[in-house]
Parts: sequence; C-alpha cells; structure tokens
Amino acid sequence: MNTDSSRNGGMATNGHTAVNDFNIHVATANGSGSQTSNMVLLRSIFQMGIPVCGKNLFPSNIQGLPTWFTIRVNKDGYIARRERNDILVALNPETAPDDVRKQEPGTIVIYDETLNLNQQRHDLIFYPVPFDKLVKPVCPEAKLRKLVRNMIYDGVLARLLGIEMAEIERALKQQFKKKAKAVQLNFDAAKAGYEFAGENLPKQDLFRVERLNQTQGKIIIDGNSAAAMGSMFAGVTVFTWYPITPSSSVGEALIEYTKRYRLDPQTKQATFAIVQAEDELAAVGMAIGAGWAGARSMTATSGPGISLMAEFVGLAYYAEIPIVIFDIQRVGPSTGLPTRTMQGDILFTAMLSHGDTKHIMLLPSSVEECFTMAGTAFDLTEEFQTPVFVMSDLDLGMNYWMSDPFKYPEQKINRGKVLSAAELERVGKFARYQDIDGDGIPYRTLPGTKHPLAPYFTRGSGHNERAGYSERPEDYKNNMDRLARKFDTARDRVPAPVLEDNAQAEIGIIGYGTSTWAIQESRDWLREHHGIQTSYLRLRAYPFNGDVTHFIRKHRQVYVVEQNRDAQMCSLLKLDLRVEEVAKLRSVLHYDGLPITSNSIVRGIMAYEKDKPTLQPIETVEKILYA
Amino acid sequence: MSTDIATAPVAKAAKLNRIGLEIAPYRGGKTTLCAGCGHNAITERIIDAFYEMGVDPYNVVKFSGIGCSSKSPAYFLEAAHGFNAVHGRMPAVATGAMMANHQLLGIGVSGDGDTASIGMGQFIHLMRRNLPLIYIIEDNGCYGLTKGQFSATADLGSKLKTGVVNDLPAIDTCMLAIELGATFVARSFSGDKKQLSAILKAAISHGGTAMIDVISPCVTFNDHEGSTKSYSYVKDHEELLNDVSFVPFFEDIAIEYDPGTTKEVTMHDGSRLLLSKLPVDYNPSNALDAARRLGESKLRGELLTGIFYVNPTGANFIDLLHLVDEPLNTLPLEQVRPGRQALEELMEELK
Repeated sequence: MNTDSSRNGGMATNGHTAVNDFNIHVATANGSGSQTSNMVLLRSIFQMGIPVCGKNLFPSNIQGLPTWFTIRVNKDGYIARRERNDILVALNPETAPDDVRKQEPGTIVIYDETLNLNQQRHDLIFYPVPFDKLVKPVCPEAKLRKLVRNMIYDGVLARLLGIEMAEIERALKQQFKKKAKAVQLNFDAAKAGYEFAGENLPKQDLFRVERLNQTQGKIIIDGNSAAAMGSMFAGVTVFTWYPITPSSSVGEALIEYTKRYRLDPQTKQATFAIVQAEDELAAVGMAIGAGWAGARSMTATSGPGISLMAEFVGLAYYAEIPIVIFDIQRVGPSTGLPTRTMQGDILFTAMLSHGDTKHIMLLPSSVEECFTMAGTAFDLTEEFQTPVFVMSDLDLGMNYWMSDPFKYPEQKINRGKVLSAAELERVGKFARYQDIDGDGIPYRTLPGTKHPLAPYFTRGSGHNERAGYSERPEDYKNNMDRLARKFDTARDRVPAPVLEDNAQAEIGIIGYGTSTWAIQESRDWLREHHGIQTSYLRLRAYPFNGDVTHFIRKHRQVYVVEQNRDAQMCSLLKLDLRVEEVAKLRSVLHYDGLPITSNSIVRGIMAYEKDKPTLQPIETVEKILYA
Repeated sequence: MSTDIATAPVAKAAKLNRIGLEIAPYRGGKTTLCAGCGHNAITERIIDAFYEMGVDPYNVVKFSGIGCSSKSPAYFLEAAHGFNAVHGRMPAVATGAMMANHQLLGIGVSGDGDTASIGMGQFIHLMRRNLPLIYIIEDNGCYGLTKGQFSATADLGSKLKTGVVNDLPAIDTCMLAIELGATFVARSFSGDKKQLSAILKAAISHGGTAMIDVISPCVTFNDHEGSTKSYSYVKDHEELLNDVSFVPFFEDIAIEYDPGTTKEVTMHDGSRLLLSKLPVDYNPSNALDAARRLGESKLRGELLTGIFYVNPTGANFIDLLHLVDEPLNTLPLEQVRPGRQALEELMEELK
C-alpha cells in the first residue's frame, strides 16, 4: 500500500497536477561536490516559502561510492521521508541502471545523456542533459569543472519545476558567504542548465513549485549544529570528544560557535575547553573529571562510543557526577551501518554499565529540541548529579530540517546543590552522600574549596554517607536505595510527554524522537483513508511519568512506534507498567537503516486493525510481538 | 600550580610549615596496605614533600586508578579532594578536572598494571599532552590485589613465587615517557628517602607532567629470590644517574658546585634543581642523552635512578587551551552564555 498524497506518479497521463508536493532524489558519487548543488536546491525551494526537508543517504566512504540526497517538497508541511520518488536525478553511472529500475511508473528522470538511460524503460519520463558539454564553456578551468558540474541539474530543475533563478543565486550566496567567484561560477553553471532545458527539454510532466508563504522567518539547520548551539547557550565549559559518525559535527559546530561567541572580548581567552581525546573512554573520562570539578561538561558520541563509555558511566552514576552525553544513534550492532539511522541505543543506554544502574534520557524530535534539550540536560545533570543522555539520531543530527528560529534561553541555569566554603561554615557539617532534603539528591563540594569540611574522596567502590570506603551491607543498601529515590524524583522533573488527545480515539500511538514526523503523517492518513482516529503521546524523556500510564489506560490499543528491531522503548515501558497495560501495547517497528516513513507505520497498524478490532488476550499479543 | 602563596619564613624546628600549617592536613587515613609495602613509604615522602614545600593542601587535587597503588591517595593530604577513578583511566579524569579548574595542583598515583597494561593508552596521551600533573607509578611489577600476577613492567626472566618465569620483555615507562615528549622523567626507589623527597619536590615545582616511576616492592607477592623488584634486588642493582638536590624557590641558599659534574636547572616556579656527579657529556635537558643513558644501564643489568630528563620551559596542556584566568568551573552565567544578539545573528544566517 501507499499512503503518499501524491502517490500517483503518472500525472502526465492522468492530468493530476503535483504542485508543491513531490520528491526529488539525486544520485551522485560521494565526494563529487553534490553537497553544494543539493543544499542550493533545497534552500531555493525553501526560500520560495514551500516546506522542504533534505536527507542525505550516504555511504561510509570519502570519495567514489554512491550517495543519494532526497528532498521532499510538501505544501502540507510533511517532512518525514517518503518511500517513492517523483523526480530522479541520475548522475552516478555505477548506480544509474538500478536507480532507474527501482522507480515507479511516471517518475521523471533527469540524467547525463551519455548514460542512455532512456533505453531502459518506457514508462518513465526522460530528460537527457549533456552535462560535460554544458559545463565546459562556463568553467574554463578544467580542474574546477567536476565541482560545478552538478549545479547544472539545479538549473535544469529550476526550469522544469519553476524554481526562481534569483532564489538559486541567493542560496548560492548563502552557501559560499563572501566567496563571490565561487558564487558566480556555480550560478553560471546553473544558468547553463536552465537555458539548455528551456531550449531543448519541452515539459512532459506536471510537477512544479508555486510560491507559498509557509517558511517565512524559518531557519534550516541540522540537529547536531542545533545541539552544539544549545550547549553553547547553556554555558558548556568543557567538551571532550572522539570523532565518530554521525556525532562528529556536534564537536565541529561547537568549535565554530564557541570561537565566535565564547572568547573574552578583551583578552581573546577562552571560556571553554574543547579537547579531541584519544578515544571515547578518554572523552567520557575527561568530561567526568571536569563535571566532578564543577564544569558544565559534555561529550558527544554514537553507539560504539556508548559501548566504550559504559564503565565510566557506571562510575558517574555511582559516584554521582554530572555529565551530558549526546548520543547521535546510528545503526548497530557492532560497526553496523555507520551512516544510517536507528533508534538503537535506547535499552542499552537506559541501564548502561554493570550493576544496578539507570539513567536519565532526553528524547529530542526536532532541531529545536536539540537546542532546548541541551540546556535542559545541563540543568538536570547538575541538579541530579547523574549522567544525562540526549538521544538524538543520524536522521535528526545530520539531515536538514526546517524550524522556527530558536528562542533565547531566558531562565537562569541550575547548578544544583553545591556548597561553598561560606555555606559550609554556616551549616557546620557535610556528608557527601547524605539525603538531607528527602529527594535522594545529596550535596557536593568542588575541589579547591578552602574549608576543612569540604574535601572528600570520590570512589567507584562502596561508600558510606561520608564518602568513606565501606563494604557494610547497610551502607551499600542505603546508598542504592537513595539513588533509586533520586531517580524517582527525576520522573516529574524531566520533560513531560507531549499529548495530542483525541476524545474519539480508541487507538493510541506512542512514539519519540524522529519517528514523530512520520507518525503525524500516518495519523492523518489513517483518519482520512481508513476512518481511524488516533491519539498520540510523544515521549520526551526517561524515566517516564504518570501521563504514560494514564494514556495507555484510556485506549483500547496502543501502538509503540520506533526505529529498531527489538521494540526497545516498548520493552522499557513494560518495566513500568501493570500487566493489563502491557497487554494493550503492540510494536510498530522500522529498522532498515533509512528514516521511518508514514507508509510503514500505516502498514504496521493496519496489519492489526483491519482484522482484529477487539482487544486480544495477552497470549496472542505476546505471540504477535515476539513472533 | 599552587606555589603562588606569599613567601613566609621557613619553618625549622617549629611544627608549622611556611604557610603556617601543621603536618596534620597533609596526612590521610590509616593505610590498609600490607605492612612493609613500598607504597606506604612513598605516601610518607609525599606527605613530607607537600608539607615542606608549603603547598596549600586545599588547593591540591588527588587522582588514582585502580589497584593497591591507587588506594594510597586516601592515605595522604586529607585536606584535598580525591578521585579514585576506573582502572587505567585516571589520566582522563585528571585532564578533565584540571581543565575545569586550572588553578589546582594535581597529583596522580598509579601502579604498573594501571599504567603499563590497561592504562597504556591514557598514559601515552597524558605524556604527550604535558598536563600539569605529578604522575607517580608505584611500580612493583605485579598485580597485588589479584594475588601476584605479572604486570607489564616485570623484567624478562623475573620469577613469581609460584615459580612462573616472565617470558616477555618489560615496558620501560621512563624510556617511553621520554620518547613521547614528557617534560619531567624520573625513576626512584621507595626505600631511597633522600632521593625520592628531592624528586617529589622538584615535581611539585614543575609546570607540566612530572612522571616518576618509583620501584616499590610488593612484600607479599614480589619480594622473593628471583624477583627483580624485591628490596634486595633493587638495593644490589640500583645505579644513581645523579644526586638530586633541590632548593625551593622560597629558600635563598647559595650552593657552590662544580659545573663540570653538576647541572643546575631552574624550575617553573623558580626553585632550583641541582643534579650532580653527572657524566661530563650528560645533559638532563637532552632527551636523546637521557634515552641513551637509560638504554646503556639496562644493557649492563643496572636499575638506573635519578632525574633523567627535565624541560622546565615548554608550554603545558592548559597553556595550549588559552583559557581565561578564572577557573572554568565557577565562571558566572553572563560569561558563559552569549548575549541575545549572538543567537539572533546565528538565526539570521540560517534563514
């Protein structure tokens, strides 16, 4: 089945026009300079007021392997990935035959004429373009030709789809900032494509753009840049990292932003320390050392890094040290698919490290939440003196998303329960791990505090309330019970779920993170095409709070949508729920490495709903879930 | 470093040191290591060195990894915060803490297993970063807490109590540190009170990583015949590269010496290090000389001790970060959160 609103690709034949509602799929070779032409294409449509989303489907490679960039243009603002294409730009000789083979009838294909793709099928609309012939006159320098050649398809598409050339030029200026020569060269190539299409490619399809007013004031940004920006405004002072796809751009963006905005205006000295460590063990160890000594410290990594950090994170949990860890999840297990997306570290991270451990996780769905949750994570980690994970993913972190501009954080930062020398003098006593306030959160002092009560010895071994070494059963148990109490306190302090309640709905959907965009689209489809009303609860953090239980109770059936094989969040939910609530849960799972689509969610839900409108006995549910 | 305290008259017979403190805050909890363990002697030397140098103990921060050695920071400087990290990864924790507050004086205690086996990666990167940190390896060639297995510093041919012979070559942490660009490299023996005290004081005065490998016999598992880390073996094979004398910056003492056999080094804080009875061609600020001496003595079957290499002038890791003068951990919000116009500017660029 197909839920796409513009699913009928044969528009040229059935007269259905597709205005501001189609997909462009660009197939190139990695390292061929297509990033510029793709971004310019994305931005120029965006600048015409039309909602867009750009996703990079790239290989783990530097140069030469196939890469795809997909742009979804959608007047209704749907920005999840869509399964079918409407427009293919086939420039990679290696993949072109396969790229063409996979298209649905009616797809239009813009291709390098030397590839002779029009011989392959007769149910597609072909537009041959002589790329090499066109690039030569506009780019006399042979060594630059490869880089500007791709701009030709921007020009061809501008002509065929009605993208304004002035917006292409504006997008190029944005891309190259002050490099006027680069702007000119690339724009000349786009113009060559535009003029060629005008003279040689009579329009055979009905796809086009029309200026709208839906992106006014909006920004386009990737989630990792948003996370870096959010961290800078949250006052991060120590960032330690080890490069790993897809998290490296968090560090790179933070370096760029802090150099601009976090140097002392007079002395040019830094109010931050950023260190590329020798591995993830050192990266998290440094961040823990810094958090212990009172810095707002953070690291960013992905699955394999999370695995390496497990031991240190257990120390931070047990010794109660603040640290923010951004996990930009990618496809595992092991090295997996390093450049593909997955919500794959949920269960592992929730209980990362040996012994009884559990961790606060924040679940951003949007670039805006990457920004805001960075601040929330720092406040929570210092308030609770425990690691806080922000579970982003490759789709969110590395792809380009529209957003309202980020709001300046107005609130003061929360540095948690830290006692100064003066406060120690006033209070007259200090025990590092004592629960004074009944919330499980103890007080701490920072190294260098000049007071005889301040010093204590931090250790990952058993300790009593005064941080002394202890193997006494009652000390161990008291401490572990207090840590559990602290985690319970966090339940109502972490971001609450976002609820879209529908009084008519018997069916509830629970989702989180990047799945949300496809979930929203699938809910519209279920309502419009199957008459199924749904409520939606978007989780924003672990531990869960009472809203989740209430939501499940209210619905006949609750589908938990996520991007992994093993229903990781659903499993985590089950630990908190009673058996009658567990019985209502069913998982809808997407795990092929590509971002989730609305189609896959509708398929998953309809597979249950069309035959089984009533509640199943538990045994049946379990069978379905674990079949 | 913490030696910026105003100079006060040096305590002599009095029980107060130059900053007016008794020795008590320099001491720590009661040791739980074996009686006669070399580590306890090192603890004593650390207490004395910090006390005699008049270091403000509240300004010190202690680190360790895991193992017998790593317990010892609980036994000295109770007025300082301490952090017993995970096995082999104390350098990372120390690096983070020193970045958070670069005004602290850091001392880390590791062991031969904690450094040369599980911690080798972090050790290497600590040496090349030149983090301001005193890094002591309490080196007994074996794993005490797990009952005496060989570590990677155990010498080829050394024998366990059980008769097992080590058939792999030892890693020489000093040789390695020199190769990695460490700026202060020394080896001592837990039983050599005078030498170890002088080296520790010099380490306190150093502005970068001061790496000290201290042979510290394990009385329980590695002090028998056939061991090359036993008290008697070390005493029989120790060869002094130099006599180490240390004149702290707050003492104005004129010392006469023969420039042919003694080399004076001015430390980061102005203290003076006098290395005497040097071979004529030996220069302690020449890494190649140091490596050659170490290598030659090893071929002769000697255990060379002393300060092998010292470079008091190079930039340390904190210098390279170009940080503001105030510690990062206590910067006020207005210094770490850019203004409203910064965000507006960034948003404008993304529209």
